[in-house]
Amino acid sequence: MTRTSRGSGIPPVLLVPAAVGLLFLLLPLVGLLARAPWADLGEHLSDPAVLEALRLSLFSAFLATLVCLVLGVPLAWVLARAEFRGLRLVRALITLPLVLPPVVGGVALLLLLGRRGLIGQHLYDWFGISLPFTTAAVVIAEAFVAMPFLVIAVEGALRGADRRYEDAAATLGAGRWLIFRRVTLPLVAPGISAGAVLCFARALGEFGATITFAGNFPGVTRTMPLAVYLSMETNPEAAIVLALVLLFVSVVVLVSLRGRWISGASS
Amino acid sequence: MSSHSRPSPRGLPAVAGLVILAGALGGCGGAEGVEGADVRVFAAASLTDVFTELGQQFESERGTTVEFNFAGSSGLAQQIVEGAPADVLAAASPAAMAQVTDEGRGSGAPTTFARNRLMIAVPAGNPAGVSGLEDLTDEDLTIALCAQEVPCGAASARVFEAAGLVPAPDTFERDVRAALTKVELGEVDAALVYHTDVLAAGDVVEGIGLPEPSEGVNDYPIVLLAGAFNPGGAQEFIDFVLSDTGRATLAEAGFDLP
Repeated sequence: MTRTSRGSGIPPVLLVPAAVGLLFLLLPLVGLLARAPWADLGEHLSDPAVLEALRLSLFSAFLATLVCLVLGVPLAWVLARAEFRGLRLVRALITLPLVLPPVVGGVALLLLLGRRGLIGQHLYDWFGISLPFTTAAVVIAEAFVAMPFLVIAVEGALRGADRRYEDAAATLGAGRWLIFRRVTLPLVAPGISAGAVLCFARALGEFGATITFAGNFPGVTRTMPLAVYLSMETNPEAAIVLALVLLFVSVVVLVSLRGRWISGASS
Repeated sequence: MSSHSRPSPRGLPAVAGLVILAGALGGCGGAEGVEGADVRVFAAASLTDVFTELGQQFESERGTTVEFNFAGSSGLAQQIVEGAPADVLAAASPAAMAQVTDEGRGSGAPTTFARNRLMIAVPAGNPAGVSGLEDLTDEDLTIALCAQEVPCGAASARVFEAAGLVPAPDTFERDVRAALTKVELGEVDAALVYHTDVLAAGDVVEGIGLPEPSEGVNDYPIVLLAGAFNPGGAQEFIDFVLSDTGRATLAEAGFDLP
């Protein structure tokens, strides 16, 4: 799709609310920067507990993104290409975690996968597996909250993709699986990487579902957002430093990967 | 392009209508909240049940409405220091109270109105066979403690230190109610919570007392806040908590009285 720039100048009347909107989103971050204890920054940052939480956050968000890719891309494909009754309902249900308070997601996961949960009790009785209070639970909580971002992005890319390439491949005798791998996937790769970036960033910031389902233990389930929350109770300075680190990492992730995605899309 | 990729023209007015409706409702609710509440009390999460009851008693006796903000004491103290509008603070520990009074946000000295002692809470039937504090050092059991940043966690740390034991927790919960919930759901084998929480949980939770309870006792101070919107009404509520009626209600909920 190409867009011309003719007649697309910005009406001045939109500039004021746009500027206010921008300030509304950015000023809280300025507040964070203004209150940061810059002098003690090094001391706070070299705290092993901070590094531990950061490492766990990056690790679990990476795994959660992998889970979302493996499950979410096929799901997006089905949503974009399949036709069946109730498709709209399914699509609505899939996007539910986007609007649901993450704590509700955490409660739901606990009631499903906890050791007294619907599925969790069998995992526990048959295999002795108890998911809450493990890093696996962190990954599950993050994937639950982040997957819709990936599915929406990939589904949009699939709907926008030109079906004629697939049709051409089919007339040349390629099977469905080959077409999916060699034609469809490369076609929507920018959409997939965009979705994966959003997914990773959302997983990195996940708090409510994590603390509710996975609990909070240093090195196992205490990710950066949990560390920020608990520090805020007694040591706001440390909380501000942790928040800055999380902010910095998120910006780096979004800027660097988004840049790659855009260049990929335009090439 | 299919119709899914952009909102239908018919959908837009519906969305706009919803937004306007929500705005109108929110506006009414907000105005009512400010005018309707005569006294605003920030209180520790562990006071949720008993203060809700005290508030109802106070309201029917005096006609003054009380609005509560229940959360972890330290978090409440931070909110007040940052300027949250509150008339009264009831905290679950002197340390949390000091966060407020040290900043000059208290009006006069806090009064200790209740005490709470820690107890081991186990799911009904005690499936893991927990019998005492030593069992909470067992790596094989799933144990929840309060995070050290909140009063019940600080008290728990004192209990273990006094007993010369190193606990083996699997999670540090954000407040005592979160720890209790994990016991209620049977997701942990034991947790250290307050006596009052064990009582409030009813039949699904059993309590095991600690042999040396003095280390696991938290004093609950209450204070009138400087800059209260309604200092008179706030002081009346504090007096009510300290009255015989208030003390009876607190005792019934399982609090010890100073």
